[in-house]
Amino acid sequence: MIEVDNVTKQFGPVLAVDRVSFHVARGEVVGFLGPNGAGKSTVMRILACFFPPTSGKARVGGYDVTSHSLEVRRMVGYFPEKASVYSDLSVRAFLGFVAEAKDVPRRRRAQEVGRVIDSCGLKEVQNRIIGQLSKGYRQRVGIAQALTSDPEVLILDEPTIGLDPEQVVEIRKFIRDLGKERTVILSTHILPEVSTVCDRVIVINRGRILTSESLKELRAQLQRTRRVRVEVEGPRDQAVEAFSRLPGVVRVEEDGPTEDRELPAAGGGPVSLVVEYEGGDIHNEVSRTVLERGWGLLEVRSVELTLEDIYLKLIHDSGRAREE
Amino acid sequence: MKVWCVFKKELRLYFGLFIAYSLAASFLVLSGYFFYTDMIFYDLFGTFMDITSSLWQYYFLDLRFVAMLIIPLLTMRLFAEEKKLGTIELLWTYPLKDLHIILGKFLACVFIFELMVACTLVYLVMFASVYTFDWGPPLAGYLGVALLGATFIACGTFISSLTENQAVSAMSTYGLLVFFWFLTWNEEALGPQLIGIVSRLSLYDRFEDFAKGVINTKDIGFFVLVTLLFLYLTLRSLESRKWRGMR
Repeated sequence: MIEVDNVTKQFGPVLAVDRVSFHVARGEVVGFLGPNGAGKSTVMRILACFFPPTSGKARVGGYDVTSHSLEVRRMVGYFPEKASVYSDLSVRAFLGFVAEAKDVPRRRRAQEVGRVIDSCGLKEVQNRIIGQLSKGYRQRVGIAQALTSDPEVLILDEPTIGLDPEQVVEIRKFIRDLGKERTVILSTHILPEVSTVCDRVIVINRGRILTSESLKELRAQLQRTRRVRVEVEGPRDQAVEAFSRLPGVVRVEEDGPTEDRELPAAGGGPVSLVVEYEGGDIHNEVSRTVLERGWGLLEVRSVELTLEDIYLKLIHDSGRAREE
Repeated sequence: MKVWCVFKKELRLYFGLFIAYSLAASFLVLSGYFFYTDMIFYDLFGTFMDITSSLWQYYFLDLRFVAMLIIPLLTMRLFAEEKKLGTIELLWTYPLKDLHIILGKFLACVFIFELMVACTLVYLVMFASVYTFDWGPPLAGYLGVALLGATFIACGTFISSLTENQAVSAMSTYGLLVFFWFLTWNEEALGPQLIGIVSRLSLYDRFEDFAKGVINTKDIGFFVLVTLLFLYLTLRSLESRKWRGMR
């Protein structure tokens, strides 16, 4: 549905997007992930035909964004980063304008506006001036304009920014529902958003794509070794030594303090260790070791790499690759 | 029709924001006051002379001045506001052609301006109820005001497309319009050859024939041409986003 081949965008001396290529299949929900200023918005604006790429080809539904921009624009619903809407119009008047601008035939226009108002939960505010609405409602108006004329492709640039947590959950659920029958690209720098909404993630930093894979593959790829976290009531040094001798273990280290837990005082209390290992699962071996020595076993669980870890690792690695 | 769609949206904004009303109020107060003083002047000193040279000419030159004051304030927001608020991003990603956007906006301004001008016809109707005169010359003058206004609006539309600051847009439009006006004030400074060319290019000198009640197809053609030129420049200015480094 969306094909981007070797797209570069230059703003004067600044290279905003550097030879980016990716494809998005029909019906996929793809997350664009990257720090601020990474080039996410630029790629999205190219796909929405706001400006053409400096070089390279971008196609939506088979139409080139440069030479067949009107066809592409008919197919794409775009939610700009600033969520800009005409704040001096009423919701209904604004969406009426959008429907007309997007070629919805006259006799279907009122019906279409009604449908979008219903599906975005704007019914109570439909006659209010947009500028007087709360941020959450304005955001919904922004999404409503993207949905008008029922486009096949939705490009949403940071749709949940500036919303309260409840609205964020609501919008995410909404986007997930939309993704069932449409192709959606959404950008964000909020990581959980990607894992709850998207099928696939494209990580972009400094104008380049670092990875474009499903979350599961991404985890597997970055996690050559696996980890087990063990909480033991017993002597720390002996425990470390015992675990290190288990087959396949690469490293044993004390678990750092986490938000809800502090390091135990020296000498007493439980010890938390993270055992990093290769090959087959070692949960059994770990617990047997503990029990054989007569220590107390409080917890054994595997530690998954979170999206945060993956993200930081990718960005970090790309920074290092560049320096070398 | 896409032009119609942008046109309606612009009108909705102009009237919804009371810009149209407040500008119309200023326009009518100023033009009404000018008509009143010109009429008194004619009544006191001009009745033995030709009404065209002692009333209409003054009135239409005054109206030209009021148009110059009002139009930059009308056109300043056309593109500048959309750029500032980011709504231009919507317009450019909807299936609208740049030409449709420009024409819709330009025609909305022209419509509002001509509506204001049409309101001033009330003065003439009232004047006609107490005094008999030939309607030909003033109607030629009105045609001139309508054309001159459209040309000014095209200037303002172009300048608004260059900036995202409404104040800058208005000030630069004033600069351009006033420059056109002053251009031919000092004939000696320009020299005899140059003055001939410059006065033919001056929007204000072209208008003077209309004020005298003379409709000249050359003048009409000139105004239409300048209007089209500025609209074309606007189109090129909007297209510059495709190659310029704009964020």
